[in-house]
Amino acid sequence: MRTSTRVRSALLTMVVSAALLTACGSGGQSGPGGQPTITYWASDQGSSIAEDVKVLTPELDAFTRQTGIKVNLEVIGWSDLLNRILAAATSGQGPDVVNIGNTWSTSLQATGAFLPISADVLNQIGGTGRFLPNAIAATGAPGKDPVGVPLYSLAYALYYNKAMFAAAGIQNPPATWEEFVADGKLLTHAQQWGVSVEGASTSENAHHAFTFSQQQGGGFFDASGKPTFNTPQNVAAIKQYVDFVAADKIANPSDAEYSNGTEAVQDFATGKAAMMLWQTADAQLGNYGMDPAQYGVVPVPFPASPPSGARHVDSIVAGINMAVFAATRNQDAALQFVKFMTSRQTQIDLNKAYSSLPSVTDAYSDPAFQTPTAKTYQQILTDSAAPMPAVTEESQFETAMGTVLKNLFADAASGKAVTEQAVATQLDQAQQQLNAGG
Amino acid sequence: MTVAAEPTRTHAAHPPPAPAPKRHPWQRVARLGLPYLLLLPAVLFELLVHVVPMLVGIFMSFKQLTQFFIRNWSAAPFAGLANYRFALDFDGVVGQKLLHSFEVTCGFTVLTVGVSWLVGTGAAVLMQDPFRGRGVLRTYFLVPYALPAYTAAITWEFMFQRDNGLINRLLVDDLHLFKEPPFWLLGPNSFWALVVTAVWRTWPFAFLVVTAGLQNIPGELYEAAALDGAGVWRRLRSVTLPQLRPVNQVLVLVLFLWNFNDFNTPYVLFGNVAPPQANLISLQIYDTSFHSWNFGSGSAMSVLLLLFLLLLTTAYLLVTNRRGKADG
Repeated sequence: MRTSTRVRSALLTMVVSAALLTACGSGGQSGPGGQPTITYWASDQGSSIAEDVKVLTPELDAFTRQTGIKVNLEVIGWSDLLNRILAAATSGQGPDVVNIGNTWSTSLQATGAFLPISADVLNQIGGTGRFLPNAIAATGAPGKDPVGVPLYSLAYALYYNKAMFAAAGIQNPPATWEEFVADGKLLTHAQQWGVSVEGASTSENAHHAFTFSQQQGGGFFDASGKPTFNTPQNVAAIKQYVDFVAADKIANPSDAEYSNGTEAVQDFATGKAAMMLWQTADAQLGNYGMDPAQYGVVPVPFPASPPSGARHVDSIVAGINMAVFAATRNQDAALQFVKFMTSRQTQIDLNKAYSSLPSVTDAYSDPAFQTPTAKTYQQILTDSAAPMPAVTEESQFETAMGTVLKNLFADAASGKAVTEQAVATQLDQAQQQLNAGG
Repeated sequence: MTVAAEPTRTHAAHPPPAPAPKRHPWQRVARLGLPYLLLLPAVLFELLVHVVPMLVGIFMSFKQLTQFFIRNWSAAPFAGLANYRFALDFDGVVGQKLLHSFEVTCGFTVLTVGVSWLVGTGAAVLMQDPFRGRGVLRTYFLVPYALPAYTAAITWEFMFQRDNGLINRLLVDDLHLFKEPPFWLLGPNSFWALVVTAVWRTWPFAFLVVTAGLQNIPGELYEAAALDGAGVWRRLRSVTLPQLRPVNQVLVLVLFLWNFNDFNTPYVLFGNVAPPQANLISLQIYDTSFHSWNFGSGSAMSVLLLLFLLLLTTAYLLVTNRRGKADG
C-alpha cells in the first residue's frame, strides 16, 4: 500500500503543478508587436465542431492580419456552453469574448459578468443603426444596457420533403396544425414518420413550448415577471407538442432520445421523416447530402380556429449574440474583434456558411440572402417572431420547461398516456422548482 | 518532550539508550523538522486542492447565492440555515427530488459495487494460476479502467440507442428477446443502463486490486490447505477470502465512494437532465446549482452529502476493524 500511496501523491503533485502552470499560462498573453491574444468561445453552429473551426479560422486569420490581434478559438457544444459561461462568470477566469444564445441574455445580464454595451460602446463597434431591430431587442432586458451584440439571426420554420408530399398526394405544405397532423398521418408509414423532433433537447423543447403557448393565448410569465406555468392554455400547448408522439403518432417514439441537435435533422435528410420544425438548417442538411431543391421551407403552422387571446407567433426570435466578459484585460482588442465579426463582409461570409441570417441590414444585399428560404426567414423574423420572456429566470425557465417536455416525451415513448392532468402536474412541479430557485 | 525526563521512566529490563552524540541544538531542530519540511509541499497542495475549496463550499452553503451574486459571490447575503432547510424540506419539490435521487443513488451504488466486486474477484481468482495468454488477458481486462470516462460512457450511449444501438440489435434482432425494441436511455430501463455502464467501468479496478492482494498470500497456506484435503471451494473460503480481508476492506470503501459520487457516467449517458429513474444525487445537486442557478442550496446539498459519506465511512471502518480484530 505504501508504494501506491507514494505513486498517488506523486501523481497528485504532477496534476496540481500542471493545473497551476496552465492557470498561470492563461493570463494576459501578448502576441508579436505587443498586440494581445484574445480568447473567443464560439457556440457550435455547424454540424460538427470541426466544421466550425474550418469556417471560423479563415475569418480569424483575416482579423489577425488586419489588427495584429491573435484569436485563440474554442468551439463549445450547445449543451455545455451555458455551464461553461456560468463557471467562467463565477470564477472570473474566462475568455475575452463569448457567444451566448440570445434567449439567455436577460439571465446573463443579471450576473453582471458581462460588459454592458452602452451607447458609447456601440458607437465604437459601428452603431445601432445597422442591426436588425428584432435582433437588437433580444440582447437583454428592456431599459438596461444590453450585454450582447447580435451576430447570427435565426428563426423557426417548417421544413417539408417535396417528394414525400407528392407521393402521399399532398398538394401544399400545411398552414394549420389540423392540416399538419392530417398530413403527418398520411406521411407516416413503414420506416417513415410525419415529423422528426428532438424530444430530449431542453432548449429546443422550451422554444416550441413558448411558440405553442403564444398560439394558445398563454404565457409562462405574467407582466410582473412571475411564473404562470400551470394554466389551461399552457397545458394545451405542451400537450399539443407531446401529442406528436403520444396521440397523433406522427413522430417516431425514438425521437424522445434525441438531444444533440443533429439527430432529427439527419432523420429528415435521410428520408426517415417528412417534416421538421427547425431553425435555419440548410447548411446542416447540405452536409447530410440533401439538395435544397428536395425540400421546401414555410412558416410554422397556426391553429385553424385560434382560441381567444391567441397571438400570431410562429417562432421565437432566435439568434446568437457576442458578449464581452467584464473581467477581460483586453477590452479594446475584444471590442475590435466584435466590430470585425459584425462588419458587413464577415457577416456575409459567416451567415452564408451557417445558412443563418445576418444581424446587420447592410449585409442583406448579398445574393445569398435573396433566396426563397432566406426571404421566408426574414419575413418570419420581422412579422411573426417573438422574443423569449425577458425575465432574469429565462435560462432556468428553458431548462425547467425543456425537462417537463423531455419527461413527457419519455412517458409517451414508453406507451404511457399523456393526460392533461399529467401535463399539469409536471408544469406545477417545474414552477415550484423555479420559485424555489429565486 | 525533553530528554531529561527519560531516565526516571527507565525499566530494568530496558537498558537506557546510549547517549546520542552531542549535536548543536540547531542541528536537532533541523533533523526533527526535516520530515515536516519535506511534507510541506504536499500539505500546501492538499490545502489548495481539497481543503480550501471545501471550506469555500461550506461557506457558500450559508449564502443566498443566486445569479445576481455569482460574479461577486462573497457579497451575497447570508442565508443562515435556509439552504439546509430548503434541501431537507421533503414536502417541497426540491427536497422530494433530492430524497428520490438519494434513494436511486443508494440502489445504484450497492448494485454497482456488489456486482463489480464479484466480477473482479471472480476474474482475479480465475487468473491466479499461470496459463498461456494470461498476461494478454489481464491487460485486456484493464482496458475499461484505462479509457477516459467520457469516451467510455459516450460509446455506451451509442450502444444503448433504441433504433441504431448495438444492444437492441443484439437483444431484439439477433436473440429475439423483445418484440418491440426497448428504450435504455429513458424510462425505468435507464437505471439498468447506468448500472451496466458503471459496472463495466468499475470492475477492472476491483480486479486489479484483488489480483495484487492475491499475490501477497503465501503459497504455503494453499499447500497446507491442500495437504489437509481442502478442495477448491474450501481453499477459497478458508484461505483466499480471509487473506484478502484487508484489501477488500479498502477496495469496497473506495468503490463505494466513487460510485456514490459518480457524475460523469450519467451526465454523458443522458445529457444535462437525466431521467428521474436514473437521477443520481450528484446530478440533482448539479441541477440545483446550475439549472436553477441556486449555488447556495447546491453547496448545502454537497455539504450534507459529504457529512453522510463521512459518517458512513467512519461507521464502516469501525465495524470492519472490530470484525477484523475479532477474527484475527
